[in-house]
Amino acid sequence: MKFVGKAFKFGQDIDTDAIIPARHLNTSDPDELAKYCMEDADPDFVKKVKPGDFIVADKNFGCGSSREHAPIAIKAAGVSAVIAKSFARIFYRNSFNMGLPILESAEAVDGISEGDELDVDTESGEITNKTTGNSYKALPIPPFMQELIEAGGLMEYVKTKKMNVK
Amino acid sequence: MGMTITEKILAWHSGLDEVVPGQLINAKVDIVLGNDITAPIAIGEFRKAGAAKVFNKDRVALVPDHFAPNKDIKSAEQCKILREFAKEQEISHYYEAGEMGVEHALLPEKGVVSPGDVVIGADSHTCTYGALGVFSTGVGSTDLAAAMITGEAWFKVPENMKFIYNGKLNSWVGGKDLILHTIGAIGVDGALYRAMEFTGEVIDNLSVAGRFTMANMAIEAGGKNGIMAPDDKTMAYVKNRCERDYRLFKSDDDANYFEIMEFDCSKIEPTIAFPHLPENTRGISEASQMNIPIDQVFIGSCTNGRYEDLLEAATVLKGHKIHPYLRMIIIPATQEIYRRAMKEGLFDIFLDANATISTPTCGPCLGGHMGILAKGEKALATSNRNFKGRMGHPESEVYLSNPAVAAASAVMGRIAGPDELD
Repeated sequence: MKFVGKAFKFGQDIDTDAIIPARHLNTSDPDELAKYCMEDADPDFVKKVKPGDFIVADKNFGCGSSREHAPIAIKAAGVSAVIAKSFARIFYRNSFNMGLPILESAEAVDGISEGDELDVDTESGEITNKTTGNSYKALPIPPFMQELIEAGGLMEYVKTKKMNVK
Repeated sequence: MGMTITEKILAWHSGLDEVVPGQLINAKVDIVLGNDITAPIAIGEFRKAGAAKVFNKDRVALVPDHFAPNKDIKSAEQCKILREFAKEQEISHYYEAGEMGVEHALLPEKGVVSPGDVVIGADSHTCTYGALGVFSTGVGSTDLAAAMITGEAWFKVPENMKFIYNGKLNSWVGGKDLILHTIGAIGVDGALYRAMEFTGEVIDNLSVAGRFTMANMAIEAGGKNGIMAPDDKTMAYVKNRCERDYRLFKSDDDANYFEIMEFDCSKIEPTIAFPHLPENTRGISEASQMNIPIDQVFIGSCTNGRYEDLLEAATVLKGHKIHPYLRMIIIPATQEIYRRAMKEGLFDIFLDANATISTPTCGPCLGGHMGILAKGEKALATSNRNFKGRMGHPESEVYLSNPAVAAASAVMGRIAGPDELD
């Protein structure tokens, strides 16, 4: 999938409480969760973000809780992909399981400023900063994760009963 | 080449003789866990997939503990989804309010998890059970849904980090200080994707409660799991509790480690994590001199809500009153702990000191209920996270410590060590 949009930059160790504070976890409705996306990192984020835009963050994005509400809120807020230097383990796994594209590239993160216009191909991992004209390549997605994406997420993968085959 | 305890457990559950870091495996899971925040999404996915029955009604645990007893109408709806699913599927390990506890204190206490198990839970602190020689790790709701159907989960075999703790512990230093010190040394992503294996004479001598506290916070260093080899202390704990057979694994002498770190514990003092990350650690002597006033003290959670933690707090608190205008909230992590603390007279000490005691819940740890912070307030908590806004208003602050420091600070009205009390 190819996406075009603006970059919203965040710092390092953005935790799941910043992405979707626990006070909003008494629901799992994506539209409801989207209203509070990134609230404790940037209270105005939801007002500014447009469909297709990107979150660009430093290292260890999504650390903390296992709440799938975090990638759900990001996706429902219209964000097309998250680009970071690295991702926390459970957030990484959850994003694949529920179909939020995430890309790892330290160079891209350092070469993108707030508001830059980006062109991102989530399959090839090609990230182009249209504002500066520079291009970057994200770390390749592990083959098994690609299989999950091709199957349409973990639940589809389970339905094909691949999980039961050794 | 030998294997680590983590590798051995994963190999055994995948029907393989050997696994190596980086290898993708499909492992049988012994227990899958969800709570009132994460299970409703999983149950929705379970239904969407057209599944009729869970893979084994005795191997699924559902614990409404985060916003339970129901804090508002929306939470009540979430808990109701769990209850109805548990009833329909005849789930054996479902715990209603009167039997309920904070999940990671409750499951070991009830003998639901056994040494040698593979456990996944849709809660990041699922890594707690590593204290019993279990491979356990946090996953999301979709993973939980898949595992409820198949009884399996996919894993990438992690690299292993070995942490060796030597020397003699200083007074008032326990599992919480060891793990905070470790996170302070390696950072909140210092063990990202890796297994954290805790070893050494200090771990051998550490109580099972202290080991739970350490394994519990492996995730705060980014770890996939935290683990200790089971020993006599483990056996004494699981005896008369575990409902299934167990297998004892330990690392081979020639096992391969990505990194080995040694700590001289005689240099570790009671440790405080400052806002807003668990890695921002300072020793109590430094923290105490900073004269940091606090508005609330919370003792509880899956990290430090066990009987031993409450006893430590009571030992410090005995004969004292908490500081005026400060709230001290004490939450025994399970009903069994609650009853024991009451019987052994700890409740009298807490009540005499003007502390409050609540029924088990995760409550304030994640800013859910039972002690939310107002703008600008500071809390000292025995829980595991001090992210921005974790316990309430985004402009409130959370400091993390062990129960003894928390109790002393409640009396002094500022961050203080137990030795500062008369």
